[in-house]
Amino acid sequence: MQIRIASACYISLRSIGTLSLFVLGRMGRMGLFLAMAFLYTATPPLKLDRLLKQTRFIGFQSTLVILLTGTFAGMVLGLQGFYTLNRFGSAALLGPMVALVLIKELGPVFAALMVTARAGSAVTAEIGIMRITEQIDALELMGLNPFRYLIVPNLLAAIIALPLLTAIFDVVGILGGYLVGGRLLGVSGGTYFGEMATYVDMKDILEGIYKSLSFGILLIWVCGYKGYYTGFGAEGVSRATTQAVVLSSVLILIWDYFMTSVLF
Amino acid sequence: MIQVEDLHKSFDGLEVLRGVSLHIRGGEVLSLMGMSGYGKSVLLKHIAGLMKPDRGRILIDGEEVTSLGRGPLERLRSRLGFLFQGGALFDSLTIGENVAFPLKEKTSLNPHEIRERVRYELEQVGLTDAENKYPAQVSGGMIKRAALARALVRDPEIMLFDEPTTGLDPIIGHTILTLIASCHKRLNFTGIIVTHQIHQVFQIVNRAAFLHEGKIRMAGSPHDMMASEDPVVRQFISGSVDGPIRY
Repeated sequence: MQIRIASACYISLRSIGTLSLFVLGRMGRMGLFLAMAFLYTATPPLKLDRLLKQTRFIGFQSTLVILLTGTFAGMVLGLQGFYTLNRFGSAALLGPMVALVLIKELGPVFAALMVTARAGSAVTAEIGIMRITEQIDALELMGLNPFRYLIVPNLLAAIIALPLLTAIFDVVGILGGYLVGGRLLGVSGGTYFGEMATYVDMKDILEGIYKSLSFGILLIWVCGYKGYYTGFGAEGVSRATTQAVVLSSVLILIWDYFMTSVLF
Repeated sequence: MIQVEDLHKSFDGLEVLRGVSLHIRGGEVLSLMGMSGYGKSVLLKHIAGLMKPDRGRILIDGEEVTSLGRGPLERLRSRLGFLFQGGALFDSLTIGENVAFPLKEKTSLNPHEIRERVRYELEQVGLTDAENKYPAQVSGGMIKRAALARALVRDPEIMLFDEPTTGLDPIIGHTILTLIASCHKRLNFTGIIVTHQIHQVFQIVNRAAFLHEGKIRMAGSPHDMMASEDPVVRQFISGSVDGPIRY
């Protein structure tokens, strides 16, 4: 009996140990991947044509989805905010409420989630397909560094595009909130925008920009890593893409909480 | 020129290479034979420095590939061309852009010189008309030929061909091997060809080596291979179902 219990304990401990080593190994590899991405971003040469292409893809081509989601997020906030604030006789504060929620939280988070779904998944799939079709090996054999071609342009493009997309999201969201709260529910434009100018500080805007910058790095880190170390075949790429989107989205929300609670 | 010494490699506990030793002289073309999944491509990738062995070493002109840093490895690779099994063409670039890519990135040639060089290489492989097509728009044989043009565009001293004829019909397969032979005459590279078209490849190589169960079982001239008394080699060359090799 005692031997059986000892054996079960040994197997459990071994499983925990194996799992811990696996998780630590993966985390270490992800950490090294990020360090290499930063190293090659900070050192020349920079592939400018790739950077422009990826900025267009991650930034410009995400504009429509950002416009749509930003407008409707602002409209919903305007609607909910108006009815909630009206209960306390504070409907005049609708403008600052919509603006602060968008600028500090919803703008950076929603924009990052939209870009993850639209561009992050594509980055994983593209790099993953290049991996399984040996295109990355071909780059290496030409004496070229795959990080400079595949990861650095995406990382810089996300750093450039995310704050801009977040700003667009915030602006159309605030206008969407005004459309509902002002035009439909009767809060005057002067009150909506005037109170916003009183209550929204530069610090709030910077908070949103810092968050969007860090989300840009985070999403390319995860999506790039998952593509670079994808599994075998079409199934491997498909699994890597799903994991990249899910992990990026979860990490964005977790990181948002830590940034808000620790830094601001 | 290429010296492989006691090379070992395992994947998840499965020992693929179990002490491969092989020597390829400068300017020589060697055919590497063996059953599918027995580590021929793995051996080529080790020679190219794409994989690190568990044990053993590879020397190219006396330089140990397995211990080179990034800089020296890049310099070594600039002397090396690799024809991948699937071509590995960049699917976002046209055939012409694919061939031009190594020149654009790694040489100081001007755009006009690059264009001329690309046209010349495409002409050599009979792909002048496909210059502006994307890899997805051309056939498997054309992809292999384009990949060959890209691999040869920088006049490599060493060429590694990983199953250049797999998936092609016999005529196109033969055409590719003939192209390799003519390129060898032109560039005098040292080459390793992994292929299953044994009889055709024997006409263009100087030597052949048979990789079996993780080791080089036999190496010699094509004539020696054909005349081998080793039942394993004989069965492989004849393609017979009966014999010591069992699937």
